[in-house]
Amino acid sequence: MSQEDNITNSHAEKAGFWRERFPLDAVAYFFKKKNVPMHRHSIWYYLGGMTLFFFIIQVGTGILLLLYYRPTAEAAFESVQFIMTKVQFGWLIRSIHSWSANLMVAAAMIHMFSVFLMKAYRKPREITWVSGVLLFFLTLGFGFSGYLLPWNTLAYFATKVGTEIVSVIPFIGHDLLVFLRGGEEVTGATLTRFFGIHVAVLPMLVTALLVLHLLLVQVQGMSVPPSQIEISARNKPMPFFPYFLLRDLLGWLVALGVLIALAALFPWELGEKADPFAPAPPGIKPEWYFLFMFQTLKYIPAKILFMDGEVLGILAFGLVGLFWLLIPFIDRRPEERRSSRWFTAFGWAAIAFIIVMSLIAYVIPQTF
Amino acid sequence: MEKEKSGLDRRSFLDYFLGGGVVALIGSVFFPVLKYIMPPAIPQAVQNDVVAAKANELQPNAGKIFRFGNKPGILVRTPEGDYRAFSAVCTHLQCTVQYRDDFKHIWCACHNAHFDLNGRNIAGPPPRPLEEYRVEIRGEEVVVIRKA
Repeated sequence: MSQEDNITNSHAEKAGFWRERFPLDAVAYFFKKKNVPMHRHSIWYYLGGMTLFFFIIQVGTGILLLLYYRPTAEAAFESVQFIMTKVQFGWLIRSIHSWSANLMVAAAMIHMFSVFLMKAYRKPREITWVSGVLLFFLTLGFGFSGYLLPWNTLAYFATKVGTEIVSVIPFIGHDLLVFLRGGEEVTGATLTRFFGIHVAVLPMLVTALLVLHLLLVQVQGMSVPPSQIEISARNKPMPFFPYFLLRDLLGWLVALGVLIALAALFPWELGEKADPFAPAPPGIKPEWYFLFMFQTLKYIPAKILFMDGEVLGILAFGLVGLFWLLIPFIDRRPEERRSSRWFTAFGWAAIAFIIVMSLIAYVIPQTF
Repeated sequence: MEKEKSGLDRRSFLDYFLGGGVVALIGSVFFPVLKYIMPPAIPQAVQNDVVAAKANELQPNAGKIFRFGNKPGILVRTPEGDYRAFSAVCTHLQCTVQYRDDFKHIWCACHNAHFDLNGRNIAGPPPRPLEEYRVEIRGEEVVVIRKA
């Protein structure tokens, strides 16, 4: 018996308990074999894991906030105030939850656009793309539902406008509005509903989709962008375990540092308690990831032909969202090894549009 | 083998029968759930008039939000000293409007909507004018009345 066999056997004995109960060898084999292709765009492979990291932070801090938060119109604002002023490190936990939410949306956005531009949605990764886009929409849903929970003025009006936007959907719009608000108006019923959606419904959906998404990525391996196939073939791939994972962890450590610094230096403000009988405050605007839609809707005239401009704008955004979701079934060119320049151009145009509209919303004063 | 006489053979009959049963089962589970998540309508007593302010409360060129039932209303005293009252719910996306003494008209902060002192939408995205109310001065009180 060689020395190598001896080592393997002693490992086998130690792992014996688990080996009998779980296909540990298969898992170990999988991790040993998992490779990450190396090419000019390999850096973008870290963004999905980064999004996952912020998601984990959200779950942890979210559970901590649940210990003190009270989801009613009478107590919500006060309970968040209590967390921020009385509970030890409460300000830090809440601040991290808010900052990490924003960083998670940013990471997910960068991840999604990099995947789009690298055409990683092509066959057989259609479902990975679809589950990913749905995860992104759910992330925005988390942002929207969580924003109301402190029950402050900005959140109150953001929710009023956001749910009103839903009501323009043909046929079912009004029912959807009533469903979301728990009535005709934004009230305590809306708050309780959003709380349930934020801490139970969305986490359940995200967990299910996330398992599917990550499983598909593991089964199919990393996609190599069409332009990098030759370079990638020349380069030695990086073994995932431990080399890529260690780099992942380093990235997470840096992200944690940035997150803590932001949360400590710029604690998330609470604002003023919502008053349904106060005017909307000047300078009100949505969270940055909804800004581009907000700014676009401002430019659409009140009436286009016989329809309200707003309705057309919102329907157009809905259609673009659907197009985005179904991209792998529309853009069939890259899998046939042909260039799909129009889709690449569309991706860059979307990025430019989002950046320009968001910048305008920031730069132009709101009280003109 | 003898051919089935009826147009529907036994296999497809069973398939429809079972399929229909499954659909009915799913329907009977989800119908109550769907009905449950739609909140019941809570009847509101319709309020047709309200005391919006005291007679000497508002200076000319000022506005005030008041409660009209479960919705906000806005009482405006024009620079000339007249009273005007409207629903304070912007016809665009339902934010609450305010009186801007620098513009001398009504403005909504959410999407920069402007309404003149007759409630007409004069700039920005709103598709319709604000709902107008009647104003009556009864002794010391400014009363706002919903138009019939």
